[in-house]
Amino acid sequence: MTNGWTDVANADVVLVMGGNPAENHPVGFRFVMEARRKRKAKLVVVDPRFNRTATVADCFVPIRAGSDIAFLGGLIHYALSNDKFQAEYVRQHTNAAFLVKEGYGFEDGHFSGWDAEAKRYDKSTWAYEVDGQGYAKVDPSLEHPRSVFQLMRKHYARYTPEVVAAICGCTKEDFLKAAEMVTVAAANDKSGTVLYALGWTQHSHSVQLIHAAAVVQLLMGNIGMPGGGVNAQRGHANIQGSTDMGAWNMLPGYLKLPRANWATLDEYVKANTPKPLRPDSLNYWSNTSKFMVSLLKAYYGEKATAANGYGYNWLPKAGENDNHSWGFLFDRMHRGGMEGLISFGMNPVANGPNTEKMIGALSKLKWLIVAENFETETAAFWRARELADEYYPDSGEASKIQTEVFLLPAACFAEKDGAFVNSSRWLQWKEAAVDPPGEALRDQEIIARLFLKIRELNEKEGGAGAEPLRNMSWNYANPLSPSLVEVAREVNGRETGTLRQLNGFGELKDDGSTVCGNWLYSGSYTEAGNMMARRGQDDPTGLGLYPNYSWSWPANRRVLYNRASLDHEGKPWDATRAPIRWNGTRWSGDAADYKADAAPQAHGAFLMLPEGVAKLFTPDFAEGPFPEHYEPAESPVENALHPKVSFNPAAFVMDKLGAAAEFPYVGLTYRLTEHFHYWTKHIASSSELQSRFFVEVPHDLAVEKKIASGDMVRVSSARGKVEGPALVTKRIPGLKVSGKTVYQIGLPIHWGWLGKVTGPLINNLTASVFDPNSGTPEYKGFLVNLEKIS
Amino acid sequence: MDGQMNRRGFLGSSAALAATALGFDLRPAAAMVRELKISRTTQTQSVCPYCAVGCSVVIHTLGDKAHNVKPAIVHIEGDPASPINRGTLCPKGASLKEFVLSDRRLTRPLHRAPGSSQWTPIEWDDALTRMARLIKDSRDRGFVAADSQGRTVNSLATVGMIGGCTDTNEVNYLLGKLRFGLGIVPYENQARL
Amino acid sequence: MHTVAKLIDTTLCIGCKACEVACQTWNDQEFTLGTFDGSYQTLPDLAPNFWNLIKFNEFERGGKLSWLMSKYQCMHCVDPGCLRACPAPGAIVHLKNGIVDFNHDNCIGCGYCITGCPFDVPRLSPTTKKVYKCSLCSDRTAVGLEPACIKTCPTNCLTFGTREDLLEKAQSRTAELQADGVAAAGVYNPAGVGGTHVLYVLANAARPEDYGLPRDPSVPLAVRLWKGPVKWLGSLVVAGGILGAFFHYVRYGPKKEHADAE
Repeated sequence: MTNGWTDVANADVVLVMGGNPAENHPVGFRFVMEARRKRKAKLVVVDPRFNRTATVADCFVPIRAGSDIAFLGGLIHYALSNDKFQAEYVRQHTNAAFLVKEGYGFEDGHFSGWDAEAKRYDKSTWAYEVDGQGYAKVDPSLEHPRSVFQLMRKHYARYTPEVVAAICGCTKEDFLKAAEMVTVAAANDKSGTVLYALGWTQHSHSVQLIHAAAVVQLLMGNIGMPGGGVNAQRGHANIQGSTDMGAWNMLPGYLKLPRANWATLDEYVKANTPKPLRPDSLNYWSNTSKFMVSLLKAYYGEKATAANGYGYNWLPKAGENDNHSWGFLFDRMHRGGMEGLISFGMNPVANGPNTEKMIGALSKLKWLIVAENFETETAAFWRARELADEYYPDSGEASKIQTEVFLLPAACFAEKDGAFVNSSRWLQWKEAAVDPPGEALRDQEIIARLFLKIRELNEKEGGAGAEPLRNMSWNYANPLSPSLVEVAREVNGRETGTLRQLNGFGELKDDGSTVCGNWLYSGSYTEAGNMMARRGQDDPTGLGLYPNYSWSWPANRRVLYNRASLDHEGKPWDATRAPIRWNGTRWSGDAADYKADAAPQAHGAFLMLPEGVAKLFTPDFAEGPFPEHYEPAESPVENALHPKVSFNPAAFVMDKLGAAAEFPYVGLTYRLTEHFHYWTKHIASSSELQSRFFVEVPHDLAVEKKIASGDMVRVSSARGKVEGPALVTKRIPGLKVSGKTVYQIGLPIHWGWLGKVTGPLINNLTASVFDPNSGTPEYKGFLVNLEKIS
Repeated sequence: MDGQMNRRGFLGSSAALAATALGFDLRPAAAMVRELKISRTTQTQSVCPYCAVGCSVVIHTLGDKAHNVKPAIVHIEGDPASPINRGTLCPKGASLKEFVLSDRRLTRPLHRAPGSSQWTPIEWDDALTRMARLIKDSRDRGFVAADSQGRTVNSLATVGMIGGCTDTNEVNYLLGKLRFGLGIVPYENQARL
Repeated sequence: MHTVAKLIDTTLCIGCKACEVACQTWNDQEFTLGTFDGSYQTLPDLAPNFWNLIKFNEFERGGKLSWLMSKYQCMHCVDPGCLRACPAPGAIVHLKNGIVDFNHDNCIGCGYCITGCPFDVPRLSPTTKKVYKCSLCSDRTAVGLEPACIKTCPTNCLTFGTREDLLEKAQSRTAELQADGVAAAGVYNPAGVGGTHVLYVLANAARPEDYGLPRDPSVPLAVRLWKGPVKWLGSLVVAGGILGAFFHYVRYGPKKEHADAE
């Protein structure tokens, strides 16, 4: 979230799309209810289903899964063509005025630079026109035909209410009602928030979808404003923290994983330190070297010296074009290219696309190590035939599977201390209440014992990669079970000489005199103590920022981009809710997203970006500088805007796809409030609240197919099938899409072969189709068939 | 900064209306009802492990921390001091005790030999020795010190790691050290699914 | 005399069922597997171990789809029919704070309270042979903690306070809703049982049955009579046959009307 849960209460309009907070984040949803009561905020819900969030909405618009960019593009068009955007904000705080080079264009579904053979874009035309110093040229009048503003206006001219209605399957009237409510926030003194979740991220065009939301919010002047922002409601307790700590192609703090072509630390720093694109850009990533050297000092301690590039070469380097994201990892495993997998608290057989492929991939491993609270389908993948024979007739019998598997009993939350980062980016420290049951161990102890054992073996016998393993620092007071307080202090960072804990990342150096395990968390454990455990109740701004409660990254900032809540001169857009104020010498209020003592006019408001302003147009993504509507990989209709390029041309497809003739309905997966992922089926209370898997069938389709609630049905796709009782409902209406009725089938996740309650794994149905930027699978909107079986 | 508080702290800070706040004394009724099951508990601050709203909870345990006594969880309830949840919880959070005490929790390491159709209990030491052997051997086979162009890469791409989103920052940091110590490149996370 | 109450503002309920779970957890009631009956509702009805049910009601009226969720539990009547019906001294206690509590040590499992209840709330356990229902967490309220369901409710749909305060709050909330265009909003506090200690704000007060609430509940006349003119029957508690027949009549009426009554 750019803002936070408590801040949602400041909104005047709440757009819930691609999320369902009343069901999946009920406690967070209380701030929506508070905004409605206290500010008379309007709640707009756009979703395929009339879900529990929709029951309390002021406006509900049913749409087809995978049509969200069309809807948001429609909002952009509506705002621009009806003059319902915050013009001064757009002029001052976005790249609307920047000029784009000659040669950029968009035609028949492709942006300029498409390489049909390589199936990727050459992005050289998606760049700014620059002057002799390398600064982007601008036209503050926004009238230049190659200004971002004019290009955007042109790009979205196609997204008329009629086109939106035809693609999304809603009525034009419903769209306009929603558009009118959402664009109320264009006024300087109104804020609107956007709450989303996996309904947006699980598409083959998910990153562009969120880009589209950011464009809408920038046009409304909502970024940096209390009650505004683009807010991801994250689905696991520490999904934010585990990302902050480096996953996929990242090191901690979103520093990029080294690549083979960055041979030295200097080359790495050079490649990852952007040049400012405007004279007033602060360009915060110019500090990359300080963050990186301090991380290397944390990893390699005294072994990291200036002479050896602080041990940079001990870090692994990926090939310059390698992609190791989920789809590629499991695809390679499936083809026999992997030997082993270590899984800490993750269940790929349940949550990866195409379950049978997951099972097949794990079957190719020599070994699998799983640390868990419960026996998961992943740990027990070799039991697929024994436990769910009807779904995996092609999987191997246990006797044929040669994978050696370890299932390690791990502690649960109540048995460990440490910090979780919530969606608001608040790091909240917790204490251990009890010991783990039986022989179960705390995860830090499992990791430490394993690490030290491997290192010992490598030292004793000799082996590959001795230096990277030997030099990784592990000098904890109890190396076999490091205290998490000790780890948290290392993550915060300290001076190497004095051992003084740092106050924040502003103190980091690139000369080896500071150690910091994650620059984003610097300030979380200072000389004053554990800031994450703070319980202060004061709220001096009255905006629900609670600066002394827990600790928020970065720098205890509660509203990201808060400098944009004021104009260029430092005057708040809305004086009644300015999160920060300039007193002539310093900023007060929330931790300013700005240089603490710089005058308002000194820099652009978006410090992390080389532009110094927010990007409506960006070359950062794989499939275009502006978000464009593409159909899901499997769709019942052709793309109404450009039928020849129906599907995201840059997306990754690694599975067999089905066609609408055989699989005419759209499948949707989602969570229910009663359960948590594939976890609570092991727990008595959730097992009571929703005891069995079911399929939600639209009423009219049920009539057509003579299906009544309780009848057993089979849902099948080109990958597999699931079976369960039907729940016939009018809450998932049939939609008119380009003149054709499209039915969507509701498929709650949560079940599996192991638990107090069992049922089919929903990902039996889904496909290995991935967003090209994030590598996230397309779980919303894939083709299925529906049959009554009894 | 102590995560544990006394009973007065919990009852006093509760959003509950104290007897006097209701304007009359509720105590006469107390004599007739069952004893409050959290009246003698130790309370520990924690955070719900499910979604990322980040609700604070208070874990009530019995057991006086004497050397030979293991504390037992008797109740888990929302923490009123949190500005996020102010004592409230969703149906998953409201039954966290059922999670911690679930009879399906794993309590000992299990091993499945190649081709076997069952789990066999294994001692931790044996499991660690065996896992370290398998990992080292895979690493010895798969570790690439320099790529085909002779560039130092020190990477291992035939072993993967996944997970982390259910655990703390600090455990994730340690997982990172394990990952980079071994040189593992493929590392995925629930956050990205 | 001040008494306590619970206010349920159905316009704020999102059917999350936290109250169901909090109730069972606090009161140490066992979780059992539910049945699938084509809705999101946990169980079709209350049960001896399940005292708090969110009823889900999906319907279409005038082309508008509604999916109402409404909490259902003991209403803690000002004039409790269960207490009027109960023949076992001390089994049902009307606390001074307004809570109607069951003392299971004294319960003889006759089930007459079930007949006396106009809301069909108490449930007889076939294993313990005793009757169970919501106690408004009498153990918590006695020390100034709100009932478990109210404590956990994420959306402020549930609030706890004195009955007077909550009646006032319900009225002002109704006025607020009406001002916002919800013309049919109103308070549910049925007079037939002297009012209740569980109050509702309904968006459509003219149709309480949409929320699973009886339109005009009252204590059955026979139950009303039985501790008055027919109180002598109380001495025949042990003569279950006679009393059983009496309550069978009260519950089901004359045999010929049986089908209608069900």
